[in-house]
Amino acid sequence: MSMLEVRTVTQRYGVSEVLRDIDLQVRAGESVALVGPSGCGKTTLLNLCAGLLPPTTGGINSGFERTACVFQQPRLLPWKSALDNIALGLKALGTPAGERARHARELALRMGLAGDDLDKYPHQLSGGMQSRIALARAFAVAPDLLLLDEPFSALDIGLKAELHALLLEYATTRRTAVLMVTHDLMEAVRLSQRILLMSAPEHAPGRIVWQVEFDRPFARRDDAWVYHNTAQLLATAQVRHAFSLAPVASPDTGGLYRAA
Amino acid sequence: MKLLRAWLVGIPAYLWSGWGAMASLLMLVALWEWGSQVFGALVLPAPVEALRTLAELIASGAAWPELAATARRALTGYAASIIAGSVLGLIAGLSVTASMTSRPIVTVLMGTPPIAWLVLALLWFGAGDATPVFTVFIACFPLVFLGAMQGARTLDNQLRDMAVVFGVPRRMMLTDVYLPHVISYLLPAWTAALGMSWKIAVMAELLSTSDGVGAALAVSRSHLDSAATMAWITAVMTLLLGVEYLLLEPLKREVERWRDQVAT
Repeated sequence: MSMLEVRTVTQRYGVSEVLRDIDLQVRAGESVALVGPSGCGKTTLLNLCAGLLPPTTGGINSGFERTACVFQQPRLLPWKSALDNIALGLKALGTPAGERARHARELALRMGLAGDDLDKYPHQLSGGMQSRIALARAFAVAPDLLLLDEPFSALDIGLKAELHALLLEYATTRRTAVLMVTHDLMEAVRLSQRILLMSAPEHAPGRIVWQVEFDRPFARRDDAWVYHNTAQLLATAQVRHAFSLAPVASPDTGGLYRAA
Repeated sequence: MKLLRAWLVGIPAYLWSGWGAMASLLMLVALWEWGSQVFGALVLPAPVEALRTLAELIASGAAWPELAATARRALTGYAASIIAGSVLGLIAGLSVTASMTSRPIVTVLMGTPPIAWLVLALLWFGAGDATPVFTVFIACFPLVFLGAMQGARTLDNQLRDMAVVFGVPRRMMLTDVYLPHVISYLLPAWTAALGMSWKIAVMAELLSTSDGVGAALAVSRSHLDSAATMAWITAVMTLLLGVEYLLLEPLKREVERWRDQVAT
């Protein structure tokens, strides 16, 4: 069975250690979120999973056939039209020009891009459009593992919700595995089955300190459910500690005060 | 092929947009006319006078061989410098050590007056084509080298990483990710080098050869024939403007179409 497996990975840049003893698995069709404060090594971990850098120690095994990435910035090629940017991965796979243009156009229209935007260059399009193109570029290659590095963090809440819906629809219908990095807890609750909390207190190397699972199918996660569970997460001692929030003592989470 | 077609189709609209450039050139001619009236025809002959002399030179068939000789030398040196400068500059730009090592050398090359190179070239190659060609090459080379190096140094690692994740093969990496970026640094350097190559070629000919526009200028100087001098200068300028605005500039527009709206 295809699976991404990270085994006791430690990562150093020079003398500074950024990740220590990271273990994680992403199974086929599973959606996992990595949350944590800025600078805890989330992006480094994702780059390791994408194969962009080799781990200092430990091993990373990916049994997935095709991995696609959406980065924090859209990272579109400025000299290519929106359509050619979407088709980039297909071109890399050797798909004939006519076919990849047709496929990219179809996908783009389904993702809410207007037909005449597709001939434009990235700088002529809004940030939201650029994010959409970056997402479409990843979908175009029909990946079985999607790596997402805070791809929605710069978008307004309306756009965010729209792209969330596109992602969920795509990933659930195709059973694509998703590993996403985010610092937005609500996003993690909405989009993942498992949340891994990373923490790097006071310049110590980042590690996974806690995790939680959500069984409810994505289709049944309405706003009320998402708000409720996000609030619960926020009341959890480990989460508050990782994000350096002051501990709270409310009636139903009173015990957590000691844990923090 | 696509580029060639786009170039041909674009010419009419492009020429129409050239009226502004025409107007500013004509203003220069007006200034020239005014100068000739103030200082007299011996110092600065009127534009009409220079153009008539040029027309005579062309009609008598005397102009073409000289212009062809100059063009041959300028363009040979130019071609050699853009090939060597681009290739070596790109290679140097890819390595931090190489670019740090080559920068002072290139600065020295840039700072050396072309006339010094010309004297050396005369000693090494004697009178003949090799002297102006070498002088053009050595004067243009650092310019192109610096442009190419800058282009390679500023390659975007984020875009490269993105391409790596999407499994872009090596060849496509070059054509789709690296080259479009590098070209935007190379083209301005090539354009600057082109203007330089004509100037240097004429200067080198003045001292080293018996044919070419430079040699013709030497003759007109000894005859105190200022009309012929201005005629030759006009001829070289026209050729330069022709090559730059009919060939390089449209090419640049086509290749950098993706930048267009940034400027406006």
